[in-house]
Amino acid sequence: MSKFTVTRRGALKTGAAAGAGLALPTIFTAGAARAFTNEPGASSVTLGFNVPQTGPYADEGADELRAYQLAVEHLNGEGDGGMLQTFSSKVLDGTGILGRKVEYVTGDTQTKSDAARASAKSMIEKDGAIMITGGSSSGVAVAVQGLCQEAGVIFMAGLTHSNDTTGKDKKANGFRHFFDAYMSGAALAPVLAKMYGNDRKAYHLTADYTWGWTQQESIQAATEALGWETVNNVLTPLAATDFSSYIAPVLNSGADVLILNHYGGNMVNSLTNAVQFGLRDKQVNGKNFEIVVPLYSRLMAKGAGENVKGIFGSTNWHWSLQDEGSQAFVKSFGTKYGFPPSQAAHTCYVQTLLYADAVTRANSFEPCAVVEALEGGDSSLPGIDSPSNKGYLFDGLGNGPTLYRAADHQCFKDVLVVKGKDNPTSEFDLLEVVEVTPVDQVWYEPDHPMFAGGDLGQCNNGA
Amino acid sequence: MLGLDKKDATILLVVIALALLAPFLLNPFPSNSGLAQFNAGYPDLMQRFVIFGIFAIGFNILFGLTGYLSFGHAAFLGVGSYSAVWMFKLLSMNVLPAILLSIVIAGLFSVLIGYVSLRRSGIYFSILTLAFAQMSFNLAYSVLTPITNGETGLQLTLDDPRVLGQTATASGNIPATNVFGLEMRSTYTMDVGAWSFDFNAGYYLCAIIMILAFYLSLRIFRSPFGLMLRAVKSNQQRLNYTGLNPKPYTLAAFIISGMYAGLAGGLLASMDPLAGAERMQWTASGEVVLMTILGGAGTLIGPVLGAGFIKYFENIFSKINDNVLHQWFSFLPEGMEDTLVFLLHPFVGKGWHLTLGILFMLVVTFLPGGLVEGGQRLSRLFRRRSRDTDTTPDPEHHPKESPHVAE
Repeated sequence: MSKFTVTRRGALKTGAAAGAGLALPTIFTAGAARAFTNEPGASSVTLGFNVPQTGPYADEGADELRAYQLAVEHLNGEGDGGMLQTFSSKVLDGTGILGRKVEYVTGDTQTKSDAARASAKSMIEKDGAIMITGGSSSGVAVAVQGLCQEAGVIFMAGLTHSNDTTGKDKKANGFRHFFDAYMSGAALAPVLAKMYGNDRKAYHLTADYTWGWTQQESIQAATEALGWETVNNVLTPLAATDFSSYIAPVLNSGADVLILNHYGGNMVNSLTNAVQFGLRDKQVNGKNFEIVVPLYSRLMAKGAGENVKGIFGSTNWHWSLQDEGSQAFVKSFGTKYGFPPSQAAHTCYVQTLLYADAVTRANSFEPCAVVEALEGGDSSLPGIDSPSNKGYLFDGLGNGPTLYRAADHQCFKDVLVVKGKDNPTSEFDLLEVVEVTPVDQVWYEPDHPMFAGGDLGQCNNGA
Repeated sequence: MLGLDKKDATILLVVIALALLAPFLLNPFPSNSGLAQFNAGYPDLMQRFVIFGIFAIGFNILFGLTGYLSFGHAAFLGVGSYSAVWMFKLLSMNVLPAILLSIVIAGLFSVLIGYVSLRRSGIYFSILTLAFAQMSFNLAYSVLTPITNGETGLQLTLDDPRVLGQTATASGNIPATNVFGLEMRSTYTMDVGAWSFDFNAGYYLCAIIMILAFYLSLRIFRSPFGLMLRAVKSNQQRLNYTGLNPKPYTLAAFIISGMYAGLAGGLLASMDPLAGAERMQWTASGEVVLMTILGGAGTLIGPVLGAGFIKYFENIFSKINDNVLHQWFSFLPEGMEDTLVFLLHPFVGKGWHLTLGILFMLVVTFLPGGLVEGGQRLSRLFRRRSRDTDTTPDPEHHPKESPHVAE
């Protein structure tokens, strides 16, 4: 039994304790005097690599981590230097960043926004990371980008394909090298029209979350502009592993193309289901039934095995590209790990180099100075007549001339349309590049309706 | 003191001391030594310790006292977070209204779920709560995207109205969460020799609320109401036959523990203004069950210890990578170093689940009463050494004395 008796002494004690509790926080208001969050010391600088090590995108995460380690080696002057030799900016000389040795910490995002933010926070608060990079899903990238903006560190997005990352959720401290869903649609649609004709009926299966929706929206807009008709769009739960019940209605819908807006394990399963149902052997409306996977990766192609043969999709980069930068990267990655890098690895490697380059050009780690360096001067992509065609132009990192656009911190470059190879020569040789869609075809204005509604805000230096 | 007997007052004082001195206790290693990897005294993790402590304390009021195992408590945590973030978006960045709203909304939500779920007991109750929580998760993940922002999680933006506060700071950024101007993220770092200790405003707010929550749970445990809940656990049928209706008691316990979860959710959002749907997933509900069992279900301090234990592994062990291992063992000859790293590799970094699983197995097998039982055994061991002639209680005493729940 309990009684709550108030004694004079008890009341005094409680009052004193409560007073102390209230007074306590006021002595902590003064932060340490630093110019910006996690200003590095004179000998080393710490970068935070925040990738999924468990969960559905663990394969991509592992490959990203390999690429980061390689980038750190090259920045510190170990290994063969990789893309440092082919990069159009020559300020990186293998002595770390601004003479400081590059060190890194790693974390597990678990492909969950919460866990990713916790991991990024621990890198910022505990390990003193000056830049966070990584992510293998758009939700995570957007969440971590928001955190970095608040904390005052730079975020270099890894693999994130949703329009929102540099659309309505763009942030001044966040940058994306990877392409987005709009570019996939714009690059893929003309090839599809050429291969399958302008008179097609498409049926979409879409992963039911932000990325799936923006992807579907983009592809639908791009294909309808070329005369295709969209029969239906069915949303599938992200956790689904068996898509048979979604595939069966496709046969009776009158559609002759199935578009799978799925990624990772989802795509592997849905494509396998679709092929097992014999969709590809069917004739509908007097045409061969076709399947399209708008966002492709080699790791996914590997998972789907035989089923990817002849299936079209788009990708940011592929190791079989013959330009100097790609070859240098594939060579040093292959020497170290024994197999070619994925597109996730490529974008992460490039992002690390771009950050190091921007710091060196700005001659400061201060986030606002780095943002300014990445936004570049007034250089612009040739052949595109637009007032927003301004930013930092570079080359030699595998995608040809590339523009980091100042208006939304999105990279603009050529996009690859690929196809599952019919006769692969090795377990890595699964995709062949069908067409390199030039950048002016995938260009869009920052206020395009699919990207509108966001605001970069001001760069934040933190503390 | 405060209506507590001497023993409970001691427990409360220990909790207060632990909470207030956490920045020192959790940073025992100098900040540039190799062991600094194991320091947990940075603001984010300390906040998580106490917030999940609150969550587990609340869960324990339901599970520890009534024996009703809810597998859907994360739903209340998530609802609390969403309400708090909406307050930040619409009202102001002050955390107090946000926390209040999150408690209220989680309370209302738990009335709804509790009323339906408590029509059954045992495994059926667990399944019902699990079903409700998964429903909430799926709603938040896709169907209710306009309210929850789906997979990405609900975030603040620069054009939120914030009618009582400012929409954006003068420098064009989203304002930080605060209590009447004191920013939750403001941290004072004290350097003492090689050590450095972080004192974070947000952490101390959470710690004070945790102490209050702990005190409340202590009072509930010792109250006639708590006794009634324990009666529900020991034999519900007997209670029915004596003419008492256990429903109102269990529902009250369910709502209280739901409000605790809402409080925890609101605090999570106050420290880091984002609410993700994963917070409601069944794994998150399972986590609080693990925390409570690991620490000691039905004990007062157990759930807090369990919460700290699990969060420590999630945040510290998952960050040890091969690079760090190589640094630790660099003094060994090359071959031995590589072997050791190879052997340890599966247990750290991405293998932190494995280590946690093994520890959980060991605890449940050898210490069924959780970490608290471990502590008791240790203290009994020392006590027996110090006074061998300790007279055992009357062996003929019937019925056998059962251990006090708070021990």
